[in-house]
Amino acid sequence: MNELQDLYQELILDHNRSPRNLRRIEDANHKAAGYNPLCGDRVTVYLSLNDDIVEDISFEGSGCAISTAAASLMTQAIKGKRVEEAEALFEKFRSLVMDDAEYDEDKGPALGKLLALEGVKQFPARVKCATLVWHTLKAALDSTDKPVTTE
Amino acid sequence: MNVQADTIAQMTSTSFDPNRIIKDFPILRRKVHGKRLVYLDNAATSQKPQSVINTVSRHYQQTNANIHRGIHTLSVESTNAYEAARGNVQRFINASRPEEIIFVRGATEAINLVAQTYGRSTLKKGDEILISTMEHHSNIVPWQILCEQTGAILRVAPINDAGELMFSEYEQMLSQRTKIVAITHISNALGTINPIRKITEAAHKHGAIVLVDGAQAAPHMPIDVQDISCDFYAITGHKMFGPVGIGALYGRHEMLNQMPPYQGGGEMILSVTFEKTTYNHVPHKFEAGTPNIVGAIGFGSAIDYLNAIGMENIAAYEQELLAYATAALQEIDQVQLIGTAQDKAAILSFTVGDIHPHDVGTVLDQEGVAVRTGNHCAQPAVERFGHSATVRASLALYNTKEDIDALTSAIRKTIELLG
Repeated sequence: MNELQDLYQELILDHNRSPRNLRRIEDANHKAAGYNPLCGDRVTVYLSLNDDIVEDISFEGSGCAISTAAASLMTQAIKGKRVEEAEALFEKFRSLVMDDAEYDEDKGPALGKLLALEGVKQFPARVKCATLVWHTLKAALDSTDKPVTTE
Repeated sequence: MNVQADTIAQMTSTSFDPNRIIKDFPILRRKVHGKRLVYLDNAATSQKPQSVINTVSRHYQQTNANIHRGIHTLSVESTNAYEAARGNVQRFINASRPEEIIFVRGATEAINLVAQTYGRSTLKKGDEILISTMEHHSNIVPWQILCEQTGAILRVAPINDAGELMFSEYEQMLSQRTKIVAITHISNALGTINPIRKITEAAHKHGAIVLVDGAQAAPHMPIDVQDISCDFYAITGHKMFGPVGIGALYGRHEMLNQMPPYQGGGEMILSVTFEKTTYNHVPHKFEAGTPNIVGAIGFGSAIDYLNAIGMENIAAYEQELLAYATAALQEIDQVQLIGTAQDKAAILSFTVGDIHPHDVGTVLDQEGVAVRTGNHCAQPAVERFGHSATVRASLALYNTKEDIDALTSAIRKTIELLG
């Protein structure tokens, strides 16, 4: 059960039970919807971008514990960041959960609490649960208003 | 073994012994995460008995050749084995003649074949195709494509809170405009067994033809297409303990004869010139190109295996397992069953409190229990019950009460961890 406890750490369970920034930003100037057809997870990411800085970020949607916690943790990590920093964080996070050989903890931005999702790499079938919201963030930043999917 | 012992073995095989059946499936001896594999994802695909694995391997080792075109010994033997498999399928679903069986890739291709040949050549703008809320995507999307091509209209008969077809609503939707009724025999997401004979009879009264998606029924109960009196019946080998990539479409002979071909190529022709090509007779008219020869032969071997046990025995045993599993799941307060039809196959779809089915599936897998989570390629059926996903345990002849106990104990662990 060790791998399971790595996956469902207390921090993950906490963000699943009480997700942060789970709301709609009425006057968001960027948003995008994401969908995972495999499990039916849906997520919408709202952004208030001002001069290249993410002033506010939120999400709505329903999904598994991993995807909900990933969304909650992501909004906390991104708030106040520049677009470029947000994109760098996505790259590093993706490389962490996909168990990329190139991953180097010391290179690039610090992941902080996002490291709690590292356990996902032991569960290849669940990696998409952790990355869907990030793909959706990317779409929102690029403001392609089309829904993104994990497929 | 002497004759007497052989007879005794045959006699005992008529009484169902799951522990003997388990031994026929080598994969059931493997471990997953250090636990005994408890395979409860049979509605997705089934495991293969040693006899099927041997048949496939023996064919490649001893007989492999192309069929219907060689004069040499291997080709003749391969052709005979392939056509014998067709006969096996024919008898298994009680079709009246072997030409009524067309080998296809699976039930999905069988339905697409009917949509694109019978459907495309006969449907006109304003004609109606009637399906139900509980259909698998493979019995929805081919009809949507056909509607786009012909201007026909797709209509959907509703289901009730138990997951049963609302029969009088279905009857009321039938009219002279209804040309095709396409309905599943057993719902892959809910387990509902449809009153398929009654459904067919009502459709025929209005002049509609009926296609039955039998993918979930054929592995679990006796099928008699003449008794159902449907026009088409689609089945797939990999859910029937046979190889992947082979299935069969049953079509009434006079229907198949009228229908234009599906794909063009070798095998489906009698003569080809640049001016005029003459199509082959059924079933070959619908089997363009080199077919999945070894798949068909393996499929035939799987049917031999099922026949040796007896479909009546399998159905009775699975009903016993279903009753046990239903009671065991209902003992867990947080478990809510989705699909509680009176007439139900051994498919149990459920949710566990507020825990997302994906999380349930991950914890179960760590306990060696393989289930499906998601919408089961039947998104409208699952959404009908207000869910985007469920956990699904689908049983087969090699499952046991111990497997159900492993499932419920893993669900209790999930609740402990995530509830």
